[in-house]
Amino acid sequence: MNYRNPLANARGLGAAGRGFQRWWLQRVTAVALVPLTVWFVWSLAVMSGRGYESVIHWIRTPWIAIVLLLFLGNLFYHTQAGLREVAEDYVGNELAKLLTVLLIQFICAVVGAAAMFAVLLIAIGGA
Amino acid sequence: MNVDDRPLSPHLQIYRPQLTSVMSISHRATGVVLSLGLVALTYWLLAAAGGPDAFATAQAIFGSWIGRVLMGVWSFCLFYHLCNGIRHLVWDTGHALDLEDVYRSGYMALAGAVILTIVTWVLVAIF
Repeated sequence: MNYRNPLANARGLGAAGRGFQRWWLQRVTAVALVPLTVWFVWSLAVMSGRGYESVIHWIRTPWIAIVLLLFLGNLFYHTQAGLREVAEDYVGNELAKLLTVLLIQFICAVVGAAAMFAVLLIAIGGA
Repeated sequence: MNVDDRPLSPHLQIYRPQLTSVMSISHRATGVVLSLGLVALTYWLLAAAGGPDAFATAQAIFGSWIGRVLMGVWSFCLFYHLCNGIRHLVWDTGHALDLEDVYRSGYMALAGAVILTIVTWVLVAIF
């Protein structure tokens, strides 16, 4: 019995041969985020009682800024990959699906750029 | 080709919820909730880059009762997604896929998420 939808056959949907890279990058960022997330939450928790100066001093420490940028880069890639997967699975209409995926990727790019720019501004911009 | 005679799974409303299925959809749900937390994190970083006044405003928002509730929810979602994500990474290697292991790792991930959330807030209370 053929389980493929005839429409899927007609449209040529199915394995495009590029799926593995997306799957792999989602796992790579997931693995990277395990230690990065634990480090970040730990840092925030122990800094919670301190004020503005401490936070700025923390972000200005060079290795902190680098790890923070790596954390954010992984986090935003992983977020757009996950949200995109959810949209692709649950949005039925092809046009709505395309628009949702575009919106997810644009918003993640804009918010991600803002977050990383804020870190750079503090670390090297003198904010 | 007739697509009507393909085997179908029972509807979600008919299926009795199981630990496995509930934890599976919760992984996605917590991921979506966490992506909203990422917007809050970006706001916090931008506020820090904006100077002491902007940062004080952000701290006041996160310190309000609604801010605290959100932080509590996000912290649990984060640790749930982290622990269950490690479970998924183990599955990706082809290990621990029999029913007994799947249930055992499920309870372990849930316990891990609860413990890590409590540890984080104890740290916040101490520091």
